[in-house]
Amino acid sequence: MERIPILKMGEYLLVTIQVDMHDRLALTLQDDLTGQIAKHRARGVLIDISALEIVDSFIGRMLASIASMAHLLDAETVVVGMQPAVAITLVELGLPMRGIRTALDVEKGMLALRSAILEAGQDGDARGIR
Amino acid sequence: MPTANSKLSQVFETREQEITDRWMEQQQASGRKLTAAEREQANRLSREFVRALKSALQRNNSGDISGADWAGVREFLVDLSSRRAKDGYTPRETASFVFSLKQPLFSALKNELGSDGKTLADEVWLATVLIDELGLLTTESYQKSREEVITRQQKELLELSTPVVRLWENILALPLIGTLDSARTQVVMQNLLEAIVQTRSDYAIIDITGVPVVDTLVAQHLLKTVAAARLMGADCLISGIRPQIAQTIIHLGVDLSDVTTKDTLADAFELALRRSGHKVVRQDAIPANAATR
Repeated sequence: MERIPILKMGEYLLVTIQVDMHDRLALTLQDDLTGQIAKHRARGVLIDISALEIVDSFIGRMLASIASMAHLLDAETVVVGMQPAVAITLVELGLPMRGIRTALDVEKGMLALRSAILEAGQDGDARGIR
Repeated sequence: MPTANSKLSQVFETREQEITDRWMEQQQASGRKLTAAEREQANRLSREFVRALKSALQRNNSGDISGADWAGVREFLVDLSSRRAKDGYTPRETASFVFSLKQPLFSALKNELGSDGKTLADEVWLATVLIDELGLLTTESYQKSREEVITRQQKELLELSTPVVRLWENILALPLIGTLDSARTQVVMQNLLEAIVQTRSDYAIIDITGVPVVDTLVAQHLLKTVAAARLMGADCLISGIRPQIAQTIIHLGVDLSDVTTKDTLADAFELALRRSGHKVVRQDAIPANAATR
């Protein structure tokens, strides 16, 4: 069965979507990714969708829910490289995906991830003190 | 269909020269002043048209010009009026090309059928119907080619009026000028998003100082553009909202609270610089040692 590879880089997981997503593939990715986050105790997930040209409401919701699930598992998610057409489609579909972090490319995504993890860590510390 | 009243084509047959000459005189008298070359061209066109009309009449003189027999005449007129529309003739001048044929035609009929009052009336009616049809065709195609010109200009304007400029490394600006409609906003949105990808810019400033009116649709489009840019990982600022437009936006109930808005492009630019870690300082306003800090 087709699978999207998940690469581990230190405390980050790197997902590059190179094929057009169909629903089953997205569900498999969701399963795999949550499993891998738990297994590797990853702090950050970077999803590169620069090759993704077509997206529907299901895939859009999928990305948002992956981000929420990762958050529950104490990992931050950044989606990078969204194509203009995809962005327009998601907005027109009424899925502005407010909770999701985005960046223009992998490099900027990595920076955003780092600062997001730092922020989350500070939040946690603040809560711990209180 | 071959009808009994084939007198009209007969008149054209016998009095072609007379009609053409009188018509050319008529055109020169009624139309605007022409140069010698223009007059020569008008005369050539007139002769051609009379010839086309004659041969079409021989094939079909029912007064109906929609058939295949009249295709040549129709083509001639459509071509003529579109050319005149482009050359800046007025609708009156264009239509009078055909209508000025009436008088020479009627007088030719009168000369031919002088004594026979009934036939003359019938023939004149037929000729009137024919010329009116041709005149309408001329006006219609004139109008159509004018509309084509307008459509083309609109398209050119659309392409011209949405430049995305790079203000700084990672900062883009999109100064919008003129009324925004759906089609234009679509182009604006696409241009901006593509420029963001190409230049890898983190910040985009949409300046609407030059936009006279903002309605719900335009506001919605702006919001969509901002949301789409955010999805791609860029931050969108809106600047140049004038007092009236601010009032309209609030009265319309559009929620712009998620969007960073600034008074002027300069303010938005400064904010973008600050957010991307740049600092603008006046060289002589700071002590020398502060620069190294």
